Amino acid sequence: MTSTPLLDASGVAKNYGAVAALRNASLSVLPGEVHALMGANGAGKSTLVKILTGAVPASAGRILIRGEARDVRSPAAARRAGLLPVYQEPSLIPDLDVLSNLRLTGTPVEPFRAWVRELGIPDLDIRDTARDIPLAVLRVLDLARALAVEPDVLLLDEMTAALPANLAEKVLEVVRRQGDSGRAVIFISHRFVEISALCDRATVLRDGETVGVVDIVPGVEEKIVELMLGARIVKTHVAARGANQAAATAASRPRLGVRNLRFGTKLNDVSFDLADGEVAGVVALEGQGQDELFAALAGSIRPSAGAIEVDGQPVKFTHPIDAIRAGLAYVPGDRAEALAMQRSVRENIALPFSAALRNWGPINMRRERAKVVSAIERLRIDTRAQGEVQRLSGGNQQKVTIARWIAADARTILCFDPTRGIDVGTKQEIYKLLRELAGNGKSVLFYTSELEEVQRVCDRVIVIFGGRVVDIFPVEEADEPALMRAAYGLPRGAKADIGILADPHSSSPETSDSPGTTP
Amino acid sequence: MSTTAIQSVPLGRRLKRFMADRPLIPLIILLVILVVILQILRPGIVNERWIANTIKFAIPLAILAGCQTMTMLTGGIDLSVGTVATMSAFIMATQVVNQDPAVAFLLAMMPAVLIGLVNGIGVGVFRVHPLIMTLGTSLIGTGCLQVYQRTVIASGAKIPDFLAWLGTGLTYGVPNALLLFVPLAALIVFTLSRTGFGRLLYAVGDNEHATRLSGVRYWQVISALYVISSVLAGITGLLYIGLIKAPSLSLAEPLVLPSVAAAVIGGTSIFGGRGGYTGTIIGALILTVLTTLLTILQMPEGARRILFGLIVLFVTAAYLRIVEER
Ligand SMILES: Nc1ncnc2c1ncn2[C@@H]1O[C@H](COP(=O)(O)OP(=O)(O)O)[C@@H](O)[C@H]1O
Ligand SMILES: [Mg+2]
Repeated sequence: MTSTPLLDASGVAKNYGAVAALRNASLSVLPGEVHALMGANGAGKSTLVKILTGAVPASAGRILIRGEARDVRSPAAARRAGLLPVYQEPSLIPDLDVLSNLRLTGTPVEPFRAWVRELGIPDLDIRDTARDIPLAVLRVLDLARALAVEPDVLLLDEMTAALPANLAEKVLEVVRRQGDSGRAVIFISHRFVEISALCDRATVLRDGETVGVVDIVPGVEEKIVELMLGARIVKTHVAARGANQAAATAASRPRLGVRNLRFGTKLNDVSFDLADGEVAGVVALEGQGQDELFAALAGSIRPSAGAIEVDGQPVKFTHPIDAIRAGLAYVPGDRAEALAMQRSVRENIALPFSAALRNWGPINMRRERAKVVSAIERLRIDTRAQGEVQRLSGGNQQKVTIARWIAADARTILCFDPTRGIDVGTKQEIYKLLRELAGNGKSVLFYTSELEEVQRVCDRVIVIFGGRVVDIFPVEEADEPALMRAAYGLPRGAKADIGILADPHSSSPETSDSPGTTP
Repeated sequence: MSTTAIQSVPLGRRLKRFMADRPLIPLIILLVILVVILQILRPGIVNERWIANTIKFAIPLAILAGCQTMTMLTGGIDLSVGTVATMSAFIMATQVVNQDPAVAFLLAMMPAVLIGLVNGIGVGVFRVHPLIMTLGTSLIGTGCLQVYQRTVIASGAKIPDFLAWLGTGLTYGVPNALLLFVPLAALIVFTLSRTGFGRLLYAVGDNEHATRLSGVRYWQVISALYVISSVLAGITGLLYIGLIKAPSLSLAEPLVLPSVAAAVIGGTSIFGGRGGYTGTIIGALILTVLTTLLTILQMPEGARRILFGLIVLFVTAAYLRIVEER
């Protein structure tokens, strides 16, 4: 390994007011390498990507591109130097159609289209306004836009986090090919399966500092986790599920009943029950109607047919407030949807308190504070930058969206992919919280795009495919291959080889051209 | 080899951060600078009487700017405040000739409530852009007022003593208008920071979708907001007629754009979610002092306006640079 690094950054620091997002980060990427950038939430990964691609200026540091010092002051300059990012948040301008967005960045249209198809979206209309495109597809479009200009270094910030398994697989394939053709990819992900399938080396950040660079070899996960968390201990396995009994006793009258729910062409006949004290998982590939199911339960859309029952009583929701009054709280997958970004942590958590007309009067500040503080403590939200929620790291923002409903003491929580793009530590905390809630007799409906979470958190799994419930598993049978098959609409028991994610237990995937381990 | 290396935090940046944390300070400094310039240009002008006078004229502007502040927090604007103030003033002055003052007051406030309600429903329910909606009702209101003027042309007009006392009177050298303004301002500040409604104004302006998911009904907040804004404008009209003492069909119209400017100078973002009323009050004072300053320069009206506009632009841009951290 004597070739000059394509990109070599060292001593990078960045301060936001009093918050040091990066202290002393370094990162060196060789040609032909897929390089993982790992770290807990708030470690500074996104900040580093933004600095390398000129989106924010560094406070200190040295950046070499192909051995030459380059001052990358703007995304355009980074682009000229061959560095293209896909940031953690979608970057198409919502009010423009895809084509105008492409023109804006001078992206050639034909290669873009080819990449979009390659990435598993055959039917994109580039005249669609970005606002109307689902989040997962937007992420893929961002990637295609970067690929279309053939970057030397591609920087992917949690690219696969919001993607369903089928799209994520395509992305992994494309990333691997980038590496094979002598280009480099910086790949941020919290999923070890992907890292081990794809990456040659990993740089680990902790609290804004590079704490290690490791080769990806079988069993390196433990080491990485150790580095990421420092002294902190992780492997707290989720508390044993004691809720099954509770669920059994309450089964006579379910907390939430969904009967033959339909919505347009997206939701065709969904029925299931959710008991008090239960966490029910929902598993589905992208766009199988799970969004609509949650939106209907949250009162955001009105189902075209079927019924929703709460405590045995049929309900009709015309506005989210109706669902909230029935004790159903919805935590959307996209944090930006749920948070007033310029407002404080406190105001965001307390938002539902003021919603109803009768609560528009003076706020009892002491009582509010007590509730907010107890929710903050329960979720262990890092409040260093609490003046504006937008300054928190993604994981802490996600915690705020959940804390709101803990403070409001909602009886049923509808969590839509709450652990997307969150570090291992925070994920564990959220799993634990959901189990605790169930232990206290609350119920949770939990959609997840990460199949391995199902066995950690859920009592039962509801699998949706093509807008229908195709299977309901007890958790004991819900191992990843079984779930994956069910999610693809295959009958239980049938065997089929479905790409690298189907078998997460082998550390190197079966795919033949995998770089797998470094020499 | 070093490409980006910035060492210790220079004084300028530290100062900037200090100001960013306390956005009122640069505004107060600007206000003081303006007063000092005035004193230098006309030594002795800044005395007790001048201060009382400035406050008297700043108050109506500050209340209207309060309307703008609250609507701007939600990402809106209320351009109908001028018309509403004019209507209530004009109706008061003409009705009080033949009616009991209390009845005249109620009649005067009716168009305010009505226009506020129409604005609120238009913006909150039918989602008309606030700029268009309030401009529309403002034009309609002006039209109605012209029709109304013909019907009362014979009866004449009169300024109720109480309003004259409130608008122009001084007690121990302190403007009586403060009796109205201080509680009102305190109420607005309290509402914005310590009530559920105030919280919702900020939250709705920041992320309407998030408030919806939290159970907020947008139309309720917006309707209440525009009614409140209009009622405040109506009250301002009554105060203003006591100050100006000459009812006309365009009485408060010249205050509309300055009221927007005062809120913006005071640090309220027209995109919503950011700002507050204390800044707005200082903004209104700054604009009032600026007007005096330009008046004593004895420039032609046109030049004065050009200069006024340029200064407002410059101040706002500079202020945003200071306060917004990059
Ligand atoms: N614009 C900002 N203002 C203030 N603090 C910020 C800002 N952006 C990020 N931070 C802080 O910097 C730290 C690192 O954030 P980030 O780079 O997003 O972490 P990661 O991507 O590793 O989760 C966090 O503590 C976050 O709160
Ligand atoms: Mg990040």
